[in-house]
Amino acid sequence: MTQSSILIWPVLLPLIFGTVVFLIRGRSVLLLSLAGAIGTALASFRVSHAVHQSFTLVHEVGGWGAPLGIVLRADGLAAVMLGLSGLVGLVISVYSLTYFKSGSRKQQLFWPIWLLLWGGLNGLFISGDIFNLYVTLELVSLGAIPLIALAGTRDAIKASLRYLLLALLGSMSYLFGVGLLYMRFGVLDLAMLGNAITPDLTAYAAIALMIGGLIIKSALFPMHFWLPPAHSSAPAPVSAALSGLVVTASFYMVARLWFYAFPALDLAKLGQLIGLLGCGAILWGGWQAMRQERLKMLVAYSTVSQIGYLFLVFPLCNTAVEGSGIAWSGSILFAVSHAIAKSGAFLAAGIFINVYGHDRISELRGAGRQLPMVTFAFALAGVNLMGLPPSGGFVGKWMLLKAAFITGQWGYGVVIVCGGLLAFCYIFRVLEQFMTTPDENAPQLKAPVVMTYSVLSLAVVAVSLGFFTPVLLGVLGVDSPVSLVSFAPEALLP
Amino acid sequence: MNEWLPLLIPATSLIAALIIFFVDEESRGLRTFVNLTTASLKVLLVVFLLIGVSRGENYRFTLPLFFGFEIVLHADALSLLFVSLSALLWLVTTIYAIGYMDVSHGHDRSRFFGFFSLCVSATTGIALAGNLFTFLVFYELLTITTYPLVTHRGGADAIKAGRIYLIYTLGGGALLLVAIVWLKSIVGAANFVTGGMLIPFVASHQLELTIIFTMLIIGFGVKAALIPLHGWLPVAMVAPAPVSALLHAVAVVKAGAFGIMRIVYDVYGPGVCTELGVRPWLAAAAAATIIYGSMRALRQDDFKRRLAYSTVSQVSYIILGAAIIGPLATVGGLVHLFHQGIMKITMFFVAGNLAEEVHIKKISQMNGLGRRMPITMASFSIAACAMVGIPPMAGFISKWYLGLGAIAAGQGWVVAVLLGSTLLNAAYFLPIVYRVWFKEPDVPFDPPENGRKLEIHLYLLIPPLFTALCVLAAGIFAGMPFSPLAWAKLIALREYGLQ
Repeated sequence: MTQSSILIWPVLLPLIFGTVVFLIRGRSVLLLSLAGAIGTALASFRVSHAVHQSFTLVHEVGGWGAPLGIVLRADGLAAVMLGLSGLVGLVISVYSLTYFKSGSRKQQLFWPIWLLLWGGLNGLFISGDIFNLYVTLELVSLGAIPLIALAGTRDAIKASLRYLLLALLGSMSYLFGVGLLYMRFGVLDLAMLGNAITPDLTAYAAIALMIGGLIIKSALFPMHFWLPPAHSSAPAPVSAALSGLVVTASFYMVARLWFYAFPALDLAKLGQLIGLLGCGAILWGGWQAMRQERLKMLVAYSTVSQIGYLFLVFPLCNTAVEGSGIAWSGSILFAVSHAIAKSGAFLAAGIFINVYGHDRISELRGAGRQLPMVTFAFALAGVNLMGLPPSGGFVGKWMLLKAAFITGQWGYGVVIVCGGLLAFCYIFRVLEQFMTTPDENAPQLKAPVVMTYSVLSLAVVAVSLGFFTPVLLGVLGVDSPVSLVSFAPEALLP
Repeated sequence: MNEWLPLLIPATSLIAALIIFFVDEESRGLRTFVNLTTASLKVLLVVFLLIGVSRGENYRFTLPLFFGFEIVLHADALSLLFVSLSALLWLVTTIYAIGYMDVSHGHDRSRFFGFFSLCVSATTGIALAGNLFTFLVFYELLTITTYPLVTHRGGADAIKAGRIYLIYTLGGGALLLVAIVWLKSIVGAANFVTGGMLIPFVASHQLELTIIFTMLIIGFGVKAALIPLHGWLPVAMVAPAPVSALLHAVAVVKAGAFGIMRIVYDVYGPGVCTELGVRPWLAAAAAATIIYGSMRALRQDDFKRRLAYSTVSQVSYIILGAAIIGPLATVGGLVHLFHQGIMKITMFFVAGNLAEEVHIKKISQMNGLGRRMPITMASFSIAACAMVGIPPMAGFISKWYLGLGAIAAGQGWVVAVLLGSTLLNAAYFLPIVYRVWFKEPDVPFDPPENGRKLEIHLYLLIPPLFTALCVLAAGIFAGMPFSPLAWAKLIALREYGLQ
C-alpha cells in the first residue's frame, strides 16, 4: 500500500456501503449506513490532512497511469472540497437517521442512493481527467434525481423530471466538448491537457460547450430556473446535499477546467461574460428570495444568488494583475462556507416543516420561542449567507471585494455589496417572524434532538469559519494555480 | 501573559453567553451566578489592565487570518477608556436586568441574557480592536447581537423598531465594509497607530482619502446617531429598559462615536484630517446634531423619547471633541465618552424603574414623584444636573475642556454651541426635576407591592444610585489619578506625542 492509495477510500467506501444497504432490510440498514457515513467522512478527512501535511497525492488506479488508466489526483483544491463533503455529508447523514420514518420505504431508498451520490461527489473532486469528471458528474446527477423524487409529491416529481432533462442537456454539452478536445489534442488528463492545449477554434468551441453545460448544471443565472423547485420540493437532507454539495461540485468543475486545463488560453472576455451572469444571479436570486412565501423556496433562491458570487472569480482573478489572486481563495472560501451554511439552512427548514407541518414564512410566527435552538441555528446560517463577520461568507466576500478594487472593476464591488444588502432583507424577513410573539394559545412544541443539534453544529462551523481561514488557505495553497503567498500589501508600508 | 489578556476580556462574556444559552429557562440561580461572576471577573481584569497600561505595558493579541489581515486586540490607553466604561456598566446593568426581568416577569431569559453578554463581548472587542478589520468584525457582531435585544418583546412595534434599526445599521455597515476594503487596498496595513498612519499617502491620494473619510464617518455616524442618521434611535426605545440603557450608554452609540475617534486619531491622524480639510465639516455636523437633538428633546413628553433625543445630542459632544484640533478639546471629547455613559445610564435605569413600578412613561405624569420614589428620583436629579453641566459634576468637566479646547484652537463659535446646548439641556431636564420634587401629585401613585419597604425591588434601586454616585465622584474627584479625566489626559498626551 502506497500512501496515495488512501485516495480510493472516500470513493470506494460509500459505494460499498451503499450497495450493502441496498441489499439488506431491517434495523441494520441505519447502523450500516451510519458506519458508512462515518467511514467516508474519516477517509475524506484523512486525505485532506495528508495533502495538508505533504503535497499533492496522485494515485494510479490498478497501477495504470495516464493517458490510459484512471488517475486520481488530490491537490489542495480537491482536498478542501473533500474535507467539505466529508463534513457536510456526515452531518446530513446523522440528521437523516431520524428524519425518515424508521423502516419506511423512503428510508430504505434514501440510504443507498445518498451514499452513491456522496461517493460520486468524492470521485468528482479527485478525478484527474476530464472524462472521469464527466462520469462522476453523471453519477451525482443520477443520484440526485431519484432523491428529489423521493419526496413523492407531484411538485417533487415534476421538478425532478425537469432537473433530469436539464442535467442531461448539460452533460451532453460537456461530453461533446470533451470529445472535441480529445479529438484535437489526444489527451484527457487535466495536467497533460493544460500543457497540450493551443488557442484554436476547436479548443474554444470545446470550452464553450463544456462551460456552457456546466453553467446549466450549476444553475447560474439565467439557467437557474430549474433549481428552486427542485431544491425546495426535495426532502430536507436532499435539499441540503443538492444546494450544499452538488451545485458546488459543478462550480468546482468549471474552476478546475478554467485554472488547470485552460490557463494557456486568453479567456478574459468569456470571464467577463460569466461575471455578468454572476451579477445577474446575485441580484435576481436575492430579489426573488425576498419575495418568496415559503421558507424552502427562499433558501433555494438564496442559493441562486450565492452561486453568482462564486462565478465572480472568473473575471476577478486576473493573473496579469498582481494580487488579484485573492479572488481565487475568496471564491473557494465562499463556496465552502456557502455549502456549510446552506446545508444548515435547509436542514433547519426541514425541522420547521417536521414540527409545524408547513414552511409558510408568515405562519412561522414565534418559532424563536417555541424552537429556540433551531431558530438560533437558522440565524447563524443566515449570518453566513449575509456575509457578516466572523463567518466564512464574510471573509470570502471581503476577498472578492478586495480583488474588485485591485483590478479596478468597481462594478463587481457594487454588486457584491448590493447582494449582501438583499441577503439582509431576505434573512431578516424570516428572523422577524421568528422573533414575533407567538399566538396566545400556541402549543408547546418540541424539536427533535438529533436533528436540531446536527443543524446547530453545522451552523456553528459556518459562522466561525472565518477564524479557520489560515487552515483552509494552508490546504488550498498546495499546488494552487495562483500564488497564495505574495499578495503584497504589507510590503507597501514604509 | 500580556499576549492573552486582551483576548480574555471579550472572551469572558462570550463564554458567559455560551453557557447561558444552554441554561434552562427556570434555573434562575445558575444564570444569575454565571452573569455576575463573569461580569465581576471582567471588571477585575480591566483594573489589572488599567494599572499595566498606565505603567506603559504593552498588551497585544494577534491572530493572522489571511494575507496580511489579522485579528489584533490591543489594549492601549484609548481602548481602555471604552473597555473600563463597558465593563463597569455591564456589571451594573446586569444586576439591573436581573431585577428587571424578575419584576416584569420577562420571558425567554436565557436568550435575553445570552445576547446581552454577546453584546458586551462585541463592545469590548470594538474597544480593543487594534486595526480596522478587527474593528469592523466586532462592529457588525454588535449589530446582529443587539437585534434580538431590541425585538425582545416580540410585539409589532418591537419588530418594526428592529427593522428600522437594521436598515440603518446594516446599511452603515455595508458602507464601512466598502470604505475599509478601499482604504486597505491603498495603504496595505491598517493597524491603528497613535497619531495616524496616512501621512505618506496624503499627497498621492488626496481625493480618495477624502471620499473614504466621508464614507467612514457616515458609516460610523449611523450608530453615533449623527443627524440625519439618527432616526433609528428614538424608535429603538421600545426595547426593555436594560437594553435601552445598554444601547445608549455603553454599546451602540458609543461604538459609533468610538469609531469616529479611532478614524480621526489613529487612522488618519489629527494632522492629516486638517490637511484634507475635513475637520470643519465634521465639527459642523456634530454641532448641528447637538443643537438639533436638544431641540427635539425639548418637545417630547414621552420620557424615554426625551432621553433618546438627549442621547443624540450628547454623543455628538464626543465627536465635536474629535473634530476640534488640540489636546484640550480631545480631553473634553474623551472624558465625555465616559461621563455621558454613566449619566445616561442612570437616567435609563430611572426610566425603567418608573415604567415598572408606577407605570409612568410620560413626563406630564411625573408630578410629585419624588415622594413615592425618593432614591430613584434623587439619582435622576444628580444625573440631570450633571448633564446640564452644573459644577462640580461630570458633565461640567466635559464641557469645560471642550470649551477650553475650542478657544485654544481659535474656534470661538463652538463655545456658543456649548452654551446654547447647555441652556437647552437645562430647559428639558430641570423642569422634570422641579416637577418631581416641588409639585403635588395629580393622582396617588401605586403603592409598593405586598408591603415592601423599599420603593422598588433592591436590584432595580442599587444600579441607578451607584451610577449617580459615580457621576458625582467623576466630577468631584476629577483631579485624582485614574479618574476619567486623568485617563483622558493620559490619552491626549500620548496622541499628541507630548509625553
